[in-house]
Amino acid sequence: MTTTATTQAAAAAPVPHLRQLEAEAIHIIREVAAESQRPVLLFSGGKDSIVMLALAAKAFAPGRIPFPAMHIDTGHNFPEVLAFRDRRVAELGVDLVVASVQASINAGRAVEETGPNPSRNRLQTVTLLDAITEHRFNAVFGGARRDEEKARAKERIFSLRDDFGQWDPKNQRPEIWNLYNARHSPGEHIRVFPLSNWTELDIWEYLDEEQLEIPALYFAHQRDVFRRDGMLYAVSPHLTQLPTEAAFGAQVRYRTVGDMTCTAAIASAAATLPAVVAEIAATRITERGETRADDRISETGMEDRKREGYF
Amino acid sequence: MPTTNPPQSAPANAYGASDLLRFSTAGSVDDGKSTLIGRLLYDAKQTFDDQVEAIERTSKARGDAYVDLALLTDGLRAEREQGITIDVAYRYFQTPRRKFILADTPGHVQYTRNMVTGASTADLALILVDARHGLMEQTRRHASLATLLGITHLVLCVNKMDLVDYQQAVFDRIVTDFQELAAKLRTTHEREIDVRTVPISALVGDNIVDRSDTMHWYQGPTLLERLETVDIARDNNLEDGRLPVQLVIRPVGSDYRGYAGVVAGGILRPGDAVTVLPSGLQSTIRTVEIGGVPIASARPPLSVTVTLADDLDISRGDLICHSASRPEPRREFDAMICWMSEAATLTPGRKLAIKHTTRNARVVVDAIMHRLDVNTLAPDPSLPALALNDIGRVRLRSSAALFPDAYKRNRATGSFILVDEATSNTVAAGMVLPNH
Repeated sequence: MTTTATTQAAAAAPVPHLRQLEAEAIHIIREVAAESQRPVLLFSGGKDSIVMLALAAKAFAPGRIPFPAMHIDTGHNFPEVLAFRDRRVAELGVDLVVASVQASINAGRAVEETGPNPSRNRLQTVTLLDAITEHRFNAVFGGARRDEEKARAKERIFSLRDDFGQWDPKNQRPEIWNLYNARHSPGEHIRVFPLSNWTELDIWEYLDEEQLEIPALYFAHQRDVFRRDGMLYAVSPHLTQLPTEAAFGAQVRYRTVGDMTCTAAIASAAATLPAVVAEIAATRITERGETRADDRISETGMEDRKREGYF
Repeated sequence: MPTTNPPQSAPANAYGASDLLRFSTAGSVDDGKSTLIGRLLYDAKQTFDDQVEAIERTSKARGDAYVDLALLTDGLRAEREQGITIDVAYRYFQTPRRKFILADTPGHVQYTRNMVTGASTADLALILVDARHGLMEQTRRHASLATLLGITHLVLCVNKMDLVDYQQAVFDRIVTDFQELAAKLRTTHEREIDVRTVPISALVGDNIVDRSDTMHWYQGPTLLERLETVDIARDNNLEDGRLPVQLVIRPVGSDYRGYAGVVAGGILRPGDAVTVLPSGLQSTIRTVEIGGVPIASARPPLSVTVTLADDLDISRGDLICHSASRPEPRREFDAMICWMSEAATLTPGRKLAIKHTTRNARVVVDAIMHRLDVNTLAPDPSLPALALNDIGRVRLRSSAALFPDAYKRNRATGSFILVDEATSNTVAAGMVLPNH
């Protein structure tokens, strides 16, 4: 083969799947920037939003990301994740809006659940919708993936929300080819999910290939935990242990990072990204099934929350 | 923005060999489609213990005699309650050779728009037939829609072979019928269609992932092997360089001016002579970049930023194309459209917004030439209007020049959507026809 022929063949070779997913996400992010007046990117410091923010940085390089990031802070977050969040947005020169669930409760907009371990998972919806209205955001990037949950598998990449932030699964717009429709009426907004077609394994492989920094609690570390419903929860002021729930030290890591009240750790020795990738590739339980108490409410827990305006 | 990533020498092959296959399937309650998908995921070890436990609980609660693998695929409350598939659902699985994205769609005629949606991004269509019934109207519809949407790889799965005693004669007869249909579709579309056939039993698991113990007369690959090995590398247009400009990147306080977009055709390289439409201005590509890092070349469907040797006035909606293969500017063109609105039928004179690549304009429907019978693709000129789920040939006139290729030459630059400006809803999917 001549050099020219070799070059031709290399240029025509299939694009590896992670590069296709990256290209798709960058296209989606740019499309929103081009067609929406006031986009915002939800950034929690969790692994999916880390990838989403990195893709946004690539989409506009060598320029800056032309929209702010926003975090819905439940007040129950892991302190090390909040520190990471602040550092990462500073590095990228992105403005950060923090909307606080505690502020919503103080203002009487949301009511804390009763009981020993109130979860603020559902309350986040109030804070999120209020912040969207206050800042007049009309396009909100979320890091949700379709492989996470059954209801998410059916949601569009550009998902229209009405004046009340509600999702109507039976009345979704057709989404054909990669021709996205960002139009909406005043008061409505669109949620945009650039990682729709990514799986959990894709996220970890991408973090590894791109050498992206993630909060240390995603890697194996020593932590005081207790067992509840078969899951390992961190000992924290936000969770009251029952007398039968004795604390013990364990080597754990987190597969997802959400609120301390509903995110559990798994026993793991995986201390590097390649080790985590290998562990995820071999795992037999979904991440939400293993570590998210909020999905255990019912078979349609996610669909019900999404209808109300959840992420 | 400074980047810590090492420079890439090429966009492809640097990150492992596994590529991506997008495929679609369509079907209804009885043909075993959901069971097939459940079986594919289950046997390929792509289901998780908690998912299987959840469907075991549901099956038991409903009083099913066996664990219903179909439940793995039904997501919405109404679907689980009614046992039907309403909307397009996307499934993900992988083998060491490939990643797969499956668009799982309902098959009834009232869900044609969902089938069109699922097929629009698919490289391959999986066509499912019940061995007891042979080709049905629905089979013809799926195959016709798939090929209309530009899918050139069809895999026919003859399912429920266990219910016809695994007879080769039954399989052969259905394959012959299907080859006849494929021959017609080749003639209609004037293009090659690659047809593969597999006898299966989704319920038992024959020839899905594991080879059948009972059908020794079938020596071909299993369904999963077919999906892993079908060659799609050249399905994208690699001849006509096309970069519809999505946005212009101009960092504050810098001379940098980059044109961002998805490579929609051809292979773009530094040094290529390009023309910008509609201005007709010419230049050469200086760099092709991803994330600010120069790369040697870019092919579809990469998202890139291109810089040019000359400082030109270029904005969103413009097209940067290889000077050697420029598309003709078009104000009037014929297209095949699928009408997707429940609200109103489409009649001549209707004005709509059009989105073609990154270009927005308005069109008026000058004429509706005919409606297609979606089962046979035969034209029916007697109807002057298109209702929900109808597919027909229309003549459109645009408020601004568009630069389309024919859909059969390039799916990315030959497709468009129509939007109702009053409701902001997407009401049609369109495919540009060749300019004869």
